[in-house]
Amino acid sequence: MAAVELRGVSVRFAGTSGAYTAIEHVDLDIGAGEFVCVVGPTGCGKSTLLNVVAGLAKPTAGEVRVAGVPLTGLNRAAGYLFQTDALMPWASARDNVAAGLLFRGVARAQALTQADDWLGRVGLRGAGDRYPHQLSGGMKKRVALAQTLVLDPKILLMDEPFSALDVQTRSLMENELLGLWAADRKSVLFVTHDLDEAIALGDRVIVMSAGPGSRPVASHPIDLPRPRDVAEARMSPRFVELQRALWQSLRVEVQKSQRAMAAAG
Amino acid sequence: MSAAARRLWPYQLALLTALIGAWHALTAAGLLSPFFFGRPLEVARVLGTWFGSGSIFPHLGVTLLETLLAFAGGTLLGVLCGLWLGLSPFAAALLDPYIKAANAMPRVVLAPIFAMWLGLGIWSKVLLGVTLVFFIVFFNVYQGVKDVNPVIVDNARMLGASRRQLLRYVYWPSALSWVFSSLHTAVGMAFVGAVVGEYLGSAKGVGYLILQAEGSFDVNAVLAGIVVLTICALLLDTAVTRLERRLLRWRPGQGDAAHF
Repeated sequence: MAAVELRGVSVRFAGTSGAYTAIEHVDLDIGAGEFVCVVGPTGCGKSTLLNVVAGLAKPTAGEVRVAGVPLTGLNRAAGYLFQTDALMPWASARDNVAAGLLFRGVARAQALTQADDWLGRVGLRGAGDRYPHQLSGGMKKRVALAQTLVLDPKILLMDEPFSALDVQTRSLMENELLGLWAADRKSVLFVTHDLDEAIALGDRVIVMSAGPGSRPVASHPIDLPRPRDVAEARMSPRFVELQRALWQSLRVEVQKSQRAMAAAG
Repeated sequence: MSAAARRLWPYQLALLTALIGAWHALTAAGLLSPFFFGRPLEVARVLGTWFGSGSIFPHLGVTLLETLLAFAGGTLLGVLCGLWLGLSPFAAALLDPYIKAANAMPRVVLAPIFAMWLGLGIWSKVLLGVTLVFFIVFFNVYQGVKDVNPVIVDNARMLGASRRQLLRYVYWPSALSWVFSSLHTAVGMAFVGAVVGEYLGSAKGVGYLILQAEGSFDVNAVLAGIVVLTICALLLDTAVTRLERRLLRWRPGQGDAAHF
């Protein structure tokens, strides 16, 4: 059974200048333990897609099923890594990581021990007392990753989590993500506008059409061997073939979205 | 205190001395009338008598008690109402015109009504101070709750926070920094409430002392009262700053940020 199923999901927003359809009639399956990457041009409703799976946004039509059960309210099986900084600035790194455990009623001492353990696993041993403003961008992402993974979610939703990082930190984080994922194979829905990142990470890459009313237009399995090193994977001939094939689908959508933006602007 | 401010303090002290010196010279030479402008040495003498005999302390005690009660009550009410309206858009929309009107009204005019209701004791002054403090704190907390980064709220919800936990772990700490930025103004307002209330009718307090001195055209005592009030307000403001540093350690600039 698929971990997440979307059936005919549409999301419409009532805006000031008329209703806007972010995604329309999306059918999508994420298998148990599968790493699915979604790419698409800017404004193609990628974040909306994640919000629907997270239960933060309600579909106007269609249905989301999590492990076969229709989703109502927030998706309790999912952890969400946001694009922008979502750590609580008034809490130390340790308290940020422990927050989800405390919300779930875990005793404070035990929550803090687990938080320290996870800070160690993401390479931040000894940084637990620092506040977010005392951490670099990459360190904040590590804390956010630990904050989500400490709860051991079955499903991991990621919204361009590494887009604000510099290139070196980024490939380091991508490798660490793959390492953590390989340890217990969560189902991952990873949204990005970067085709290379999608191919390097995913088992499958889905291309979204340009918005409004975007939907998946192509789905390519990625047969690069695992375990992968993202930097090495990028240099393999198979990577280049896959990139060429996927770029064909993506380019059409990017051009469409640029034309739409030029017409609107 | 920053290093620059530390280096400046001798100059700041020199400026104060120069101003008092000029005041002394001008009144001694008769260029400014001592009847209207007082004399610094006379002011110092009045202060010496007040503190030497201890006659100031009952008055100062009353004024400080009124100020602290007004400060605490107004802050508590402001925080509660700010959180409530910030989290319930319906109540906020419903009460919006009344809040605007109450805020636009010069609330000091309420003092005679409070005096009628509560008499000339401390409670009419406390209530006046509470109304002054309340709106400052209330608007800051209200704004603070509404300005919470929605991504932080969504993140906390995805981590499993209930509504109560959101309030405790997200809205409250976020509003706290706004509360503190309003407390500095609120301390001053609590003093205004106490002293204005005392002007309008009282039997004790520094405001009462000033009023008495004014009635006998003793400008030196009026000025001495003002000096006492200013120093007390400064001390309370320092206490707020201390507390702020302790509670808002997480803010950039409160501690030393590491750079990597």
